[in-house]
Amino acid sequence: MTASGSGQAPPPKKVIPDPVFNEKNGRLLKDTRYWPTEVWANPWASPAYRRGAMLLIGIIGAIFATGWMIGELAPLGDTLYQLIASVASAGGLPQTATEATWIMIKALIILHVVLINGLWAVWWERKISAHIQSRVGPTYAGGFHGWAQTILDGIKLLLKEDITPAVADKWVHALAPAIVVVPVIIAFAPVSFGSQLAAADIDVGVLYIFAFAGISVIGVVMGGWASGNKYSLLGGLRATAQLVSYELPRGFSVVPVIMFSGSLDLSVIAHAQAGYWLGFIPKWFIFYPLVGQLAFIIFLIASVAETNRTPFDIPEAESELVSGFHTEYSGMKWSMFFLTEYGYVLLACFLLATFFLGGGAAPLPGLEIIPSWIWMLGKAMAMMFVFLWVRWTFPRFRADQLMDFNWKFLLPWSFANIAFAAAALLYLS
Amino acid sequence: MTRTSPLAGVKTDTLFVNLGPQHPSTHGVLRVGLTIDGEVITKAVPDIGYLHRGTSKLAEVRGYHHCVVLTDRWDYVSAMPNNLVFCLAAEKLMGLKIPPRAKALRVLMCELNRIASHLLFFGTYGIDLGAFTPFLYAFREREMVLDLFEMCCGARLTYNYIRLGGVMVDVGDNWIAKTKEFIEYFKPRLDEYDTLLTYNPIFMVRTREVGKIAAEVAVNWGLSGPNLRGSGVNYDVRKADPYCGYEQYDFEVPLGKSGSCWDRYFCRVSEMRQSVRLCEQVLATLPPGEFMAMGVAKVPKPAAGEAYAHVEGARGDLGIYLVSDGQASPYRMHVRAPSFINLAILQEMLVGNKVSDVIAILGSIDIVLGEVDR
Repeated sequence: MTASGSGQAPPPKKVIPDPVFNEKNGRLLKDTRYWPTEVWANPWASPAYRRGAMLLIGIIGAIFATGWMIGELAPLGDTLYQLIASVASAGGLPQTATEATWIMIKALIILHVVLINGLWAVWWERKISAHIQSRVGPTYAGGFHGWAQTILDGIKLLLKEDITPAVADKWVHALAPAIVVVPVIIAFAPVSFGSQLAAADIDVGVLYIFAFAGISVIGVVMGGWASGNKYSLLGGLRATAQLVSYELPRGFSVVPVIMFSGSLDLSVIAHAQAGYWLGFIPKWFIFYPLVGQLAFIIFLIASVAETNRTPFDIPEAESELVSGFHTEYSGMKWSMFFLTEYGYVLLACFLLATFFLGGGAAPLPGLEIIPSWIWMLGKAMAMMFVFLWVRWTFPRFRADQLMDFNWKFLLPWSFANIAFAAAALLYLS
Repeated sequence: MTRTSPLAGVKTDTLFVNLGPQHPSTHGVLRVGLTIDGEVITKAVPDIGYLHRGTSKLAEVRGYHHCVVLTDRWDYVSAMPNNLVFCLAAEKLMGLKIPPRAKALRVLMCELNRIASHLLFFGTYGIDLGAFTPFLYAFREREMVLDLFEMCCGARLTYNYIRLGGVMVDVGDNWIAKTKEFIEYFKPRLDEYDTLLTYNPIFMVRTREVGKIAAEVAVNWGLSGPNLRGSGVNYDVRKADPYCGYEQYDFEVPLGKSGSCWDRYFCRVSEMRQSVRLCEQVLATLPPGEFMAMGVAKVPKPAAGEAYAHVEGARGDLGIYLVSDGQASPYRMHVRAPSFINLAILQEMLVGNKVSDVIAILGSIDIVLGEVDR
């Protein structure tokens, strides 16, 4: 490039300043450091950050577009069912064979929802926590933003030695991870992932989910007891007290939802929130004045507590109990506990979306062209972001303060909320 | 009709738990033998000595210049005041006169190091209470202070910067500009910390009613530094017995009210603001001239005698008692290590608290095991 002519200066090249040496002392010490202070104080000053935001918007748009092209999944499911039925009848098999295959397929899908959620949620949590803490998180594995990090971690966990402590109760120690992880997979059965997208349409879906979700605590206690470690024991005991206590406000906070929708079936609850007030405010339960918000907040807090996450992670309490009930677990047994935690987070997110955010209903009229399962997934992911956000922001409660908070604040208010809902229903009728 | 409790025949027992030496939040290799009844502590016995290196004894066979190196290893989180206190004592023995620029640089370095040390406390205390994020924020800023030290003297942890008679090297203009940049960046961060942790409701409920030390108790146990000031006792060596020209700078001594964990924490966070003020003043009034006194002997052999010097380190009243018999190495060196003395109150404070509070109290005492064991 020649200097003569146009007068338009070439764009300035990015110059990394030479190290300035402290000549005053005759010492070869670097006198300048690269401190991107303006980026730390305000991440939007960084072009990379703005590029990332554009990329994120692009990805979300692409997901919506894909969903719009695929459309509702329920007709696809029906087609698949017809296909299986025709194959079965062609082979002369009875009707029950079709049903069994169909149930098997649904169960496999549910299983993979939980497993793939583990992969996704761990990666997402690591990225979110990293950006909250002014880090970048995994970037290497897989190339694009470290997407393969959890897969490789999973392989590592599979190859790790499975250690059982010498003083452990061998059978209970081995059984505990299974007892923890199985209920969460079972509990997903009645969850409706969109319109007519539930693996099992159970009339008492809400009760079913709470009943199975309560079983996991037995595994936690078993793990804590059988490890032969005092920290694990303390963690297990704390877990019992906490999980059993927080079941109550969690269950009672849903009662107003059930009162308004008149059903324990998740699909019916989601369907009851369809429609708009004044043409644009969605009839989601969270928009019911007072009752809705109160129930939402209580359910959210109790769900965070149920999933053993900060600020309610006292059963694990890394700085106190090392790792709580899963201190003595390694390899896949340990990852079962992890899988369970993220499974329950996802379950809580889907429940929050179903109970309070209208399930698969579109937030604004006219957006129904995007299928319900995309809305459901989007709402669940938004809720999951809240879970991660809370976790990486707050300190931890103390065990007795946690109990105080539950019994003296959450539970009375959830009772009061039921009364509010009843009064509102009486007034409306 | 008499009824017997269903639990009448059940034998209950206390549980002995070793907290440390390999525990995530004992801040080094401290072991606390806890006897717990459920979650309540009935007895706590701190066990120290895992990091003992015998520096006081080592000093007796080393020259005075070499002893400064040993001091770095006590409180490795804030090594500048350690350097300083030894130099002050030795200079008293030798009768050296320190040039004003060296004095100002000593103050500047000690205050920057106090910021670095309190940032470490701030971050790890957050982790102790389950908040991981403040830790990385604090370390981001602490890294800048360490960068400043590295630019200045080449070391990031054990500086050996303050020497007998002055300081190792003078600071350049680039360094001063960088320090000003750091201070300007750091001031709004302190407000950010307050929103993130200091006034967080969960943090306050965890720390406000826990680990209270009454003022008399604190004095009786010989506490110093933020642990003492958290109980409301106004004692700061920088004010009570000024050294290195601290009397010419304008700063306040933050005091707590009730002596709880939160008060001790808040004292440290407020001290960072005061340290920033001090740094600004030193940078504005940095006198020109030499950074090293003339006539410091290569092998100093001070006349027989004794000297005591103390400074306000990041953890409290750090003192050194030096005895010389006219030889090239000290006859005796005794260290008044604030961490060691502050740790003693732990066994009394822990009893009756919950297991979670052990971590909160231990963290709020802010010990460095390198200084406890020496």
